[in-house]
Amino acid sequence: MSRIEKRLASLNGNKALVAFYTAGDPDLSASKDIFSVIEKNGADIIEIGVPFSDPLADGPTIQASSHRSLLKGTTLKKIIELVIDIRKTSELPIILMTSFNPVFVYGQKEFVNDAVKAGVDGVIIPDLPPEEAEEFLGLAEGLDMIFLLAPTSTPARVQQVGKISKGFIYYISLTGTTGTKEALSVGLEEKVKEIKNTVSLPVLVGFGVSGPEQAKQAAQISDGVIIGSAIVKLIEAHSDPAERDRKLAGFLAGIKKAINP
Amino acid sequence: MNKHNLPDAKGHYGKFGGKYVIETLMPALQELQTLYEEAKEDPKFKEDLSYYLKHYVGRPTALYFAERLTKHLGGAKIYLKREDLTHTGAHKINNTIGSALLTQRMGKKRVIAETGAGQHGVATATAASLFGLECDVFMGEEDMKRQSLNVFKMRLLGANVIPVTSGTRTLKDATSEAIRNWITTVETTHYIIGSVVGPHPYPMIVRDFQKIIGEESTQQIMEMESRLPDTCVACVGGGSNSMGLFYPFLENEEVKLVGVEAAGLGVDTDKHGASLTKGSPGVLHGMMSYLLHDDGGQVTEAHSISAGLDYPGVGCEHSYLRDSGRATYATITDAEALEGFKLLCSKEGIIPALESSHAIAHVAKLAPKMKKDEIILVCLSGRGDKDVNQIADKMGVSL
Repeated sequence: MSRIEKRLASLNGNKALVAFYTAGDPDLSASKDIFSVIEKNGADIIEIGVPFSDPLADGPTIQASSHRSLLKGTTLKKIIELVIDIRKTSELPIILMTSFNPVFVYGQKEFVNDAVKAGVDGVIIPDLPPEEAEEFLGLAEGLDMIFLLAPTSTPARVQQVGKISKGFIYYISLTGTTGTKEALSVGLEEKVKEIKNTVSLPVLVGFGVSGPEQAKQAAQISDGVIIGSAIVKLIEAHSDPAERDRKLAGFLAGIKKAINP
Repeated sequence: MNKHNLPDAKGHYGKFGGKYVIETLMPALQELQTLYEEAKEDPKFKEDLSYYLKHYVGRPTALYFAERLTKHLGGAKIYLKREDLTHTGAHKINNTIGSALLTQRMGKKRVIAETGAGQHGVATATAASLFGLECDVFMGEEDMKRQSLNVFKMRLLGANVIPVTSGTRTLKDATSEAIRNWITTVETTHYIIGSVVGPHPYPMIVRDFQKIIGEESTQQIMEMESRLPDTCVACVGGGSNSMGLFYPFLENEEVKLVGVEAAGLGVDTDKHGASLTKGSPGVLHGMMSYLLHDDGGQVTEAHSISAGLDYPGVGCEHSYLRDSGRATYATITDAEALEGFKLLCSKEGIIPALESSHAIAHVAKLAPKMKKDEIILVCLSGRGDKDVNQIADKMGVSL
């Protein structure tokens, strides 16, 4: 069992909280501190975002965050070093979320080797759908490759993704890019039910889950929630580290309570 | 066997192409492929398409023997394929008419497009107006400044032009923003991509709608010279006019195919758009192709005097042709392109687009080295009206 699977299995019916933030925003040393604040405040899994110059699936918040991070010189190599550093003190499951090009340029095999050695548990590569993932899947021993499903996914695709995804299914709650939305999209419950009837993996809901009320609703119909843009926004809004960490702790505690009342 | 019968069933051209997009778009791409394959076999669709291409676009476009230019250069005979004479003044309309007909077939009411020079935006806005579709065009803020005339034209035609302020504010970012919008509106909207780029089946569809350039050229040169040209030349940004010209010639191995990329300030500076010449394989905008990017896989800025060539990627089939050796790729700097522009103005009374001026400038280098009985066929992909203000500026003339 992978670290991700173990963690999700250990929840015993409680809902999972997955937290996303961009590595290197505001800088890589802050990224280490932010990790530990998120860990201490109830995240079950942490998704570390690898910045990319042209993140097609991201809304304005994560685009801007990626841009700030790249200006600071963040690279995939440095993020793997960050994970090595974090692993000295943490056993929390870590997922890297990245566009495919940085991985492709790094070398798929070298990336898997270095990531596994560093203690990365899983990867999410939104622009590497099952059709293009064959080579990577063949190399990805030791990494859970988490695939996404969307409101537009057909039943045949739900089955296909269910067969190859590891760890959990990332369900994109809305037809759109990442970022906060005021209400969860209609039809969410039905679609998650359809997926859960087909697939044995846990189904976690992300994209557009921004606050406690949405998190609560999303958690009621799924196995947990993934929060990204809302966290990135909080980090962006507070340049003072102490203030940032305090706000982040409060926010995560609120989400945690909402999904597991 | 037809070894150029690409892409394969998964949309790959050798190791290039593919569908590198988020799950949300995958069903729409599959749907588009199925719909397109049905449409292209449907006599009614073919009839409608040729009707509009003939009566609305003004096809076939002329193949013109550039006699004075030929004499001036003193070498090979130069023929110009006059895509500049189409309605809207560039080859882009060949694709947008076909794609608008596909949109109607899908029952969708809205189209979106990205544009660099504004030619594809104008061509999409035109087709949208013709078929009564709602139209949003994404355009980099920087390009909106460079091509303000085309912005105004699109608005006259009823399109919304949406300024893109992210990244370099040029074609790359306009394309990213159009894709993001499509991720959000895919159920009601068709994305009309302007070049042979993007996830499968786009590079194939756009090529198929543009291959009429090469098909007509073949027929016309046979009528005029009773033989095929020795060399075909076309500019390459994303690569749609060149792919359209090259494709019907792929099987005729004796015809040399030369794509001309933008060298900007020079291929040894960091200000150029020569992805095939200076880039390496990578993934951007849904496909694997040659790409300008750094050693961390971050896409770098392209530069060209011509907005239409100012793109860090290139069509995936060109990447395949480059690696297979079937086509070769040359580069032309901003300064050389301006010379090419002036040359065609002064020798033939034709004001070419800055994009096409790259092809002309390369012909000016190539023709003198060739024999007088040899033939170069060059695609004059668009007319230069849109560039006149910018060129006046460069020449220090205030209009």
